[in-house]
Amino acid sequence: MAEKNETKDKPRIGVFVCHCGSNIGGFVDVPSVAEYAKTLPDVVYATDNLYTCADDGLTAIREGIRKHNLNRVIVASCTPRTHAPLFQATCESAGLNKYLFTFVNIREHCSWVHMKEKDKATRKARDLIRMGVARARLLEAQEEAKVDVAATGLVIGGGVSGMTAALSLADMGFPVHLVEKEGELGGFVKNLNNLYVTEKSATETIKPLIEKVKAHKNIKLHLNSTMKSVEGFIGNYNVVIGTKGEEDTKAKIGTIIVATGALEFVPEGLYGYNQYPNVVTLTEFEILCKKKTLPKLKNVAFVQCVGSRGQNKSYCSRICCNVGIKNAINIVDNYENMLGLMEKAGTVVEKIPVEQKVPDEILDRRRRRRGRERGEEGEAEEAKLGPSEKIEVTVFNRDVMAYGVEHELTYNKSREKRVKFVRYTPEHLPRVYMEGNQLTVGYFHETLKLERTMPVDMVILATPLVAQPDAGELSQMLKVPLGQEGFFLEAHVKLRPVDFATDGIYVCGTCRGPSDITECVTQAAAAASRAAIPLSKGYVLAEAIASEVNTDLCVGCGICATLCPYSAITVERGPKGMKAVVIKAACKGCGACGAGCPEKAMTMLHYTDEQLIVEGLAGIKEVVL
Amino acid sequence: MSFEPKLMGFLCNWCSYAGADLAGVSRYQYPPEIRIVKVMCSARVDPDIVLEMFIQGADGVFVGGCHIGDCHYIKGNYYAQQRMKVVKKLLAKCGLELERLRLEWVSASEGERFAKLMTEFTAQVSELGPSPVSGEQPDIKKLKLLFAAKNVVEDVRVRSLLGKYVEFYEKGNVFGRKMSEEELDGLLDSAMDDEFARVNILLAASNKPVSVKELATTLNLPAKRVLQHIVTLKDRDLMKVSRIEGATPFYQSAQSVRIGGE
Repeated sequence: MAEKNETKDKPRIGVFVCHCGSNIGGFVDVPSVAEYAKTLPDVVYATDNLYTCADDGLTAIREGIRKHNLNRVIVASCTPRTHAPLFQATCESAGLNKYLFTFVNIREHCSWVHMKEKDKATRKARDLIRMGVARARLLEAQEEAKVDVAATGLVIGGGVSGMTAALSLADMGFPVHLVEKEGELGGFVKNLNNLYVTEKSATETIKPLIEKVKAHKNIKLHLNSTMKSVEGFIGNYNVVIGTKGEEDTKAKIGTIIVATGALEFVPEGLYGYNQYPNVVTLTEFEILCKKKTLPKLKNVAFVQCVGSRGQNKSYCSRICCNVGIKNAINIVDNYENMLGLMEKAGTVVEKIPVEQKVPDEILDRRRRRRGRERGEEGEAEEAKLGPSEKIEVTVFNRDVMAYGVEHELTYNKSREKRVKFVRYTPEHLPRVYMEGNQLTVGYFHETLKLERTMPVDMVILATPLVAQPDAGELSQMLKVPLGQEGFFLEAHVKLRPVDFATDGIYVCGTCRGPSDITECVTQAAAAASRAAIPLSKGYVLAEAIASEVNTDLCVGCGICATLCPYSAITVERGPKGMKAVVIKAACKGCGACGAGCPEKAMTMLHYTDEQLIVEGLAGIKEVVL
Repeated sequence: MSFEPKLMGFLCNWCSYAGADLAGVSRYQYPPEIRIVKVMCSARVDPDIVLEMFIQGADGVFVGGCHIGDCHYIKGNYYAQQRMKVVKKLLAKCGLELERLRLEWVSASEGERFAKLMTEFTAQVSELGPSPVSGEQPDIKKLKLLFAAKNVVEDVRVRSLLGKYVEFYEKGNVFGRKMSEEELDGLLDSAMDDEFARVNILLAASNKPVSVKELATTLNLPAKRVLQHIVTLKDRDLMKVSRIEGATPFYQSAQSVRIGGE
């Protein structure tokens, strides 16, 4: 059916006032309001319904449109936030463009909040309908334009997140470009020794993933590559991928997934890092373990929350408690396997000979205590303890956040393995120093309220994951925001965790903030499925409530482009000179540009200055302009 | 009959309008004077729309957005904050009480808060009494000033500064120099002062030629400033010398300045 889009015709307005049972009818004189509506300019039909949203109410709207040749429909009932789609669809079914429908809220904003003042509520309902009529007369039909989507994906980052996302898209049948900065796939995880909970080697765990990505016919892998430029909008990105020593690749892309990962914070100047030997970060320690190049150890100290939680970085890095616990267990269980010859490996860690200084009698006492805790009678035999239990592992922590099912079990396991947890507060940070030739941790014992010292052979610092230094560059190229700490910022922290506010670009993994591998994989799968929606649909509908440039007034100053939160406005040279251009597919219709344009050259469709002013004016005075 | 203020509310679709809905769903009662206009975002509320409402006789205007950081459109409420700050400054210049304009953040879950705000705002404006420019006999002097204020927020220079505000503050100007809030407010204030004075000069010289001295007295400005403004207005072809008496030039607006229905 052809829609009645002839908005230039004189408006013929129909007003349907709803009783909503007694919800409105009980507190507002609905029939008198409907009678009043008939007196307003251009209103050719007005009636009241018991329930406008019920079948007979909707039929009344459709018949009203036909019988009275209505080209504007006003329903005065509940809130547009719940019922607008229903009435709009009804209008469309009768051939009326849905943007010619006006909703007047006389329930939530009137009858329900003025239940004891029927006269005033009735007067307010009249005023609100008058405002609706004033607005309806100026409404125009709008079209939602279809924009084609190129059915190719782009994933930036070849770590676990990026590979998972790329594979998901590729498995759905879409060609994917996977761009990795380094010469090999695997990202952060390829440096790690083993993964907690599974206790499997990190390399072995991600090997199948890497092989699948390399073999997949739908994945075009770009190693040693970075993004050179990204232009366009959802469905229509023109990207240039630069590869070292090769020619640039140009591609047309539908949707983009950002999975650029994170780095470990380097604790320069903290806890003797880079100052004393055998002070390493968690990841450096994992590398040592992986290469089997650990020095001889008897006393190991972990310091948690180094540089995080209000120190260099404000946030909690989420993963380090569990990584720390895992490594503590590794040391106790696997130490013999990872022991190696430092000199041969040539790593930064030097071996320092340290003699066990605890007197034998104290050691004996400790062993006896352990025996008792196990429920064994009398003295426990040393033979029952594994050789590595001679290693003392102490975790200096602020709080242990071993959340969830598996992590709590791992934590309990570490306690069973005699890993000691010593709490410190931000007021009394542990200190790492050399006492003569001896690496030492000084700390304040919170229970004893005493300063203590502990000679150690190695200090392992748990530092937070931090944003990639080049995230800012990429964020500018893609025109998506970074949060305060330099991580990519999702559209909504709860409801849209893998979307960017800008349509067509998605985010997953540690570039969004610290997360463990399980979480990265979950996010990657989610991002891929979000990114696949426009790809498989083949088109997107552009918002009809969008801004529109009057090129006669526009001077091309570009203020609208800087105000736009969605990068939906560009300034381009056209036949009339530099002018703002609105990318309809990217515009969300907030109107920030319209209210900010110095020349008033920007019109917000469906919420124009005139529409807002006449609506407001009709609320102040009994006039419909 | 006791005074029933005319109150206009501009509420953003995603938070404050939804908060108002929740007030209804929860049956929180509040005074019925407010009339609500829905906008998609508080950033849509152009300062000149607010001033127009006052010119038309609103006793109070309420603008509601999402809480800072929760804007559905990321940062629209920051813009609204800047813009309403400007409107408040102008209201002060016009001699209207600042309490007549209220900008608040109401989330979709704050029905009770919305009702409370409405109760508060209605009581506050009721206490102030009718707006000086509303009713049968508006204060013409203040009405003229309001028209001048509306001209100020429609001025290209003021709007450009306002439009660039967040950018200058966050990213810096073309030379990459970031500006502090005080510095930017200072710039914006002086631009507004200038434009306000200029519009008032145009209004004063609209019907009859006036001398700099006369203008300085009427507008309570130093004669030197008045002359500077006249030079600017002459450059914009908005003012001309009408006649010279002895050594005193008399100036008149180039075209008669229309204010509203006058």
